[in-house]
Amino acid sequence: MKILLKNAYLLDPQVNLSDELDLLVENGIITKVESNIKDKADAVYDLKNFVIVPGFADAHVHFREPGREDEETIQSGIEAAMNGGFTAVCCMPNTDPAIDCAEVVTFVKDRAANSIIDVYPIGAVTKKREGKELALLGEMYEAGVVAFSDDGEPVSNSKIMKYALEYSSMFDLPIIEHCEDKSLTENGVMNESINSTKFGLPPHPSLAEVIIALRDIAILKYTGGKLHLAHISAKETVEVLRQAKKENLKITGEVTPHHFSLTDDIVETYDTNTKVNPPLRTQADINAIIKGLKDGTIDIIASDHAPHSIEEKEWEYIYAPFGIVGLETSIGLTLTKLFHTSILSLEEIIYKMSVNPRKIFKLREAKIQTGIEANLTILDLNCEWVVDKFSFKSKSINSPFHGWKLKGKAVGVLNNSKLYFENKLISII
Amino acid sequence: MLSSRHLLGLYGVPKKDIELILDTAKTFREIIERPIKKVPTLQGKTVVNLFFESSTRTRISFELAEKRLSADVLNFSASTSSLTKGETLKDTVRNIEAMKIDMVVIRHSAAGSPHYLTQLIEANVINAGDGTHEHPTQALLDMYTIREKIGKLEGLNVCIVGDISHSRVAMSNIFGLITMGANVAVCGPKTMIPKDLEKLGVTVFTNIDDAIKFADVLNILRIQLERGAASNFPSLREYHRLYGVTKERLLKSKKEILIMHPGPINRGVELASDIADGSNSVILEQVTNGVAVRMAVLYLIGTRSENN
Ligand SMILES: [Zn+2]
Repeated sequence: MKILLKNAYLLDPQVNLSDELDLLVENGIITKVESNIKDKADAVYDLKNFVIVPGFADAHVHFREPGREDEETIQSGIEAAMNGGFTAVCCMPNTDPAIDCAEVVTFVKDRAANSIIDVYPIGAVTKKREGKELALLGEMYEAGVVAFSDDGEPVSNSKIMKYALEYSSMFDLPIIEHCEDKSLTENGVMNESINSTKFGLPPHPSLAEVIIALRDIAILKYTGGKLHLAHISAKETVEVLRQAKKENLKITGEVTPHHFSLTDDIVETYDTNTKVNPPLRTQADINAIIKGLKDGTIDIIASDHAPHSIEEKEWEYIYAPFGIVGLETSIGLTLTKLFHTSILSLEEIIYKMSVNPRKIFKLREAKIQTGIEANLTILDLNCEWVVDKFSFKSKSINSPFHGWKLKGKAVGVLNNSKLYFENKLISII
Repeated sequence: MLSSRHLLGLYGVPKKDIELILDTAKTFREIIERPIKKVPTLQGKTVVNLFFESSTRTRISFELAEKRLSADVLNFSASTSSLTKGETLKDTVRNIEAMKIDMVVIRHSAAGSPHYLTQLIEANVINAGDGTHEHPTQALLDMYTIREKIGKLEGLNVCIVGDISHSRVAMSNIFGLITMGANVAVCGPKTMIPKDLEKLGVTVFTNIDDAIKFADVLNILRIQLERGAASNFPSLREYHRLYGVTKERLLKSKKEILIMHPGPINRGVELASDIADGSNSVILEQVTNGVAVRMAVLYLIGTRSENN
């Protein structure tokens, strides 16, 4: 089947493409990138005013299958990713059972097979994510994981972290660290600041994040290997990462849209949809994150999509679980907060949301180039829209952004010979 | 009339509201001295005391205030362990709401529970202490007591001594006293002082002698000893040695200092017995004033809609 995407602006800095051109896709392969393509096609889409970019990848999502299928299944997570404008996701292993051996890796991959979205499992660092002994990293590597992480929990034990970096280096896969010194955070639920005092909530200081980042960098220097810092929230951590990169260590870092869009002021409402780990911080932290995104210190924007049931989010603030859904607001927030404010160019955003995550985790490349499989995200940069959590395709609605006015969103994705556009998913084989 | 139909905390409560509550409490304080202590003000109104955390003293004070205003009183106590989470609050409250109640007085171990309650029910909500957040009626009775004894709050030097980082009494006092124009200080070991507290305009002392030199009023908090890593000071003995308010320390000050304590006192730890029972101590008056202040709050909130 031939489909013709006409009049869109094509942007792919990897191949120096930046032009209004037509794109012909035959049985899922890009066959022409030219102006005014006259070929007869089975379907023609006029994409005037839209921008086609390499398929975006979200390197940090939590799907709840196996274990909490009431909150998110792999299928509903895929639909959320598709609706949010992503063609690939890396899913964290904190399921029940955890993704800590080949069987669970295979289970996740099977569930996601033949989908428009590429789902890349991340394996646990330790058995059952308990932090006590290494999980079966070798067999999980063979089964196809793209990284290892105990995310949700840090690898608290320094010796285990040393082993993890040493062992994973044999497969050239990164360890993704959730930086949190648990002895400092204890029962903490929000950033330690004058606000935690005002709201009477137990503090979760930024110190806890930077301490583990510093420790891990020390171990990385000692052992070699690859380290990726998940969801950086504190200005101190941005600086520590910047310095480590100057020493040419194999280290990368990511930030979530909520950590550059919200400060801890919003916790005043005691809305448990503002409870995330790491917690929302201050404007000074946001400023440092923005600087880190601009100067390349922070490589990736990832959502940390963390679905939770309504019932659990109705608990008191100190008891409610950490986490918010993010797949369906990530691109909107990034365009609103970073692109339309001229902080990042669209090319830079393509690096943070497609090129870099694909490179760091060795996902399938996405390029707008003839002869390769089409893997595309279609953006409407200027569309003004209001976030409606009830329209999410995710099974969960724990979002603090409900009702927010955003500018710019993804309107479709094309991947694995499937097109999702205007709320319809079709096969284009 | 009060600006809000709830009393969730003193943060952001305007000066005129606090003045109204304190002035109204003065009237009720006089009523309490009469042989017949009851007024029909809240007749026909139902108040529920919803205590998820045991506190006999605060509950009795509220109950007395409610009964003296002729309200119908329901007491609901539920113990909450960390395992019985929000379901308890939501379900309990939904049940109680069905009973056509007018006001809820809530005590809960989780900060923000009273705020959450206002989203669930129509009734007026009064916070009787939520986690380490606020305990507004305690701070109001403290301010009432100071005003009664010294005649003013503005320009007065008030120092709160103890574990500020875990004290809802301290936070409500800080917010209320700053609004009323007092100079507020805290004193305690650094491990008990919340980060960046100075940003609220509070002076921080870590030396008790400096605090005593500063203070017209010392509001001394009860010290609780946690164990292990949770403990933010080494021992009660050391606390007493560094921060205990004793006669010897007070004698160094040339001023008369009003001594307050929200109770119950650890005699010989944060406060020496002779000072607790001494002529400058108003600790028992605080208890009596507590009933009057709570009557004022219940009255002003309970009749607010009618005046409207
Ligand atoms: Zn995490």
